[in-house]
Amino acid sequence: MSEVNSTFIAQESRKGEGRGSRPSAAFRARQDKAARRAFLVVTILPILLILVVAAALFARAWPILSAYGLPSLLFGKVWKPNNGQFGFLPFILGTVWVTLVGALLSVPACLLAAVYLAEYAHSRTRAMTKPILDVLAAIPPVVYGAWGLIAIVPFVDEVLAPLCDRWLGFIPLFAVNQPTGFGILAGGIVLAVMVAPLIISVAFEVFSTVPNDLRHASLAVGATQWQTIRNIVLPQAKPGIIAAIVLAASRAFGETVAVLMVVGNVPNIPTSIFDSAYPLPALIANNYGEMMSIPLYDAALLSAALVLLAVILIFNILSTLVLQRVLRRK
Amino acid sequence: METHIQVKNLNAYYGRQQVLRNINVEIPRKQITVIMGPSGCGKTTLLKTFNRFFELNEEARLTGEVLVDGQNIYGRDVDVTEVRKCVGLLAQRPSPLPMSIYDNVVYGMHIHKMKKDRKEYKAAVRHYLEIAGLWEEVQNRLHDPAASLSIGQQQRLCLARGLAVEPEIILGDEPTSALDPISSQNIESRLLELKRQYTTVIVTHTLRQAKRLADSVIYMYMGEVVEAGPAKEVFGNPQHERTKQYLEGLF
Repeated sequence: MSEVNSTFIAQESRKGEGRGSRPSAAFRARQDKAARRAFLVVTILPILLILVVAAALFARAWPILSAYGLPSLLFGKVWKPNNGQFGFLPFILGTVWVTLVGALLSVPACLLAAVYLAEYAHSRTRAMTKPILDVLAAIPPVVYGAWGLIAIVPFVDEVLAPLCDRWLGFIPLFAVNQPTGFGILAGGIVLAVMVAPLIISVAFEVFSTVPNDLRHASLAVGATQWQTIRNIVLPQAKPGIIAAIVLAASRAFGETVAVLMVVGNVPNIPTSIFDSAYPLPALIANNYGEMMSIPLYDAALLSAALVLLAVILIFNILSTLVLQRVLRRK
Repeated sequence: METHIQVKNLNAYYGRQQVLRNINVEIPRKQITVIMGPSGCGKTTLLKTFNRFFELNEEARLTGEVLVDGQNIYGRDVDVTEVRKCVGLLAQRPSPLPMSIYDNVVYGMHIHKMKKDRKEYKAAVRHYLEIAGLWEEVQNRLHDPAASLSIGQQQRLCLARGLAVEPEIILGDEPTSALDPISSQNIESRLLELKRQYTTVIVTHTLRQAKRLADSVIYMYMGEVVEAGPAKEVFGNPQHERTKQYLEGLF
């Protein structure tokens, strides 16, 4: 290798002759080192950035954290900043509800789609689907939000709510307490559509890591393709699939604009999927910069941001770790 | 000699590439037939047409017939899972399913709901592990993961798993090529024992193994069958120049 290198350098230097003085070897070595350091710094920067953001949020949230304590903020049910009541629970539950409804609507369909793509579809279908999923994932959230406003909210209001009210209204979960269409279900539907491309493509990747030898071993004893998928592929893919769902949940958890446009934004503790909710990201986006004269208001919003950051970081790190292990098998 | 599998005018293609050309051979019942030939000659492809694994490749296409007991397994009303239940496959690399030893053997029987209760399944597991010559080694660890077995044991487990669905035909796609000499020998002696009950078709690239196992031989070259017949005749007095050259180790 070193021989090859030196001949290469020799050729280079011959080429360089006549173009004035060539930088010395020592200079070039120093240049190389400097470049390497520069790249290292640029690479580390994003990691530092997370820490800087977290530290800044923490510093600004500290006044309220020290005054109230984290538990009383997290579990406080009342949000009345004017009275000095800063309970995050309605917002946290709002986020959880919208995320759960979104996941329940999205996950089953997405898994079936991923199974179809990985196990049944012709490679041409697969090749066509990939770019479509990428485009779907790239649509700006505000567009999904607008679509939610003009299509989903009326759909919930005019179709789903009356139907549920009539047939399932006796179950509190499906009771229609405020018939506007804005609420958790609308938010969940919009989220379900938004995270679908992510779940489908990650789940597809996970399914493709299951070795073909295993599929063949199952088919060879006369199992059908579906039996093979159910008995072999799905159990093998389970950890990766769970990670994919957690990853999608963290995306849904932090989704702001699209949800904010359709959930109603009323800080209640929801009891039905037709209730309005006020997710944590929406709280921050709607209110930061306004009514800042209220004492501790700013600190309260930033500690909400800190909570959001922590939850999403944890979800993301866990799912990424699992997915890395799973996908490395490939 | 009674014919068990008959291949008629079989042509097979991957996309535009033809991999089998007008194959016509008969495979005798309850004997070991060895398919041999240089790599890329289509021997594995031919084997895979017998359990319809050929069609797992989405580019694959074929014309002609493969008759098992006189019935074309590529016929319109044929249930492919029935074909595969009847024609077991021992793969090149052992492929234990990611479950326990016991569950591996039971896997196919469960799929076809072949036994009534746990007791029957248990007895069957023991029976097939004994046939595969693995019972002694694993009887105290049936619920350990199959992956904990040595690679040679794994191949015998795969044999037991295949036999458990009561096939009539065993296909072996170079079933010993991933194994050490002792495990290979073990598998070979299983196959020799089993040929009294099963029609066996083995693909191999080692001439010595072919000579040890074969009752009947199919020699292929470039997607065609050059010579086929009883092992004695093909090995002792090959009719074709190519077969002679191959047997002399010229390529």
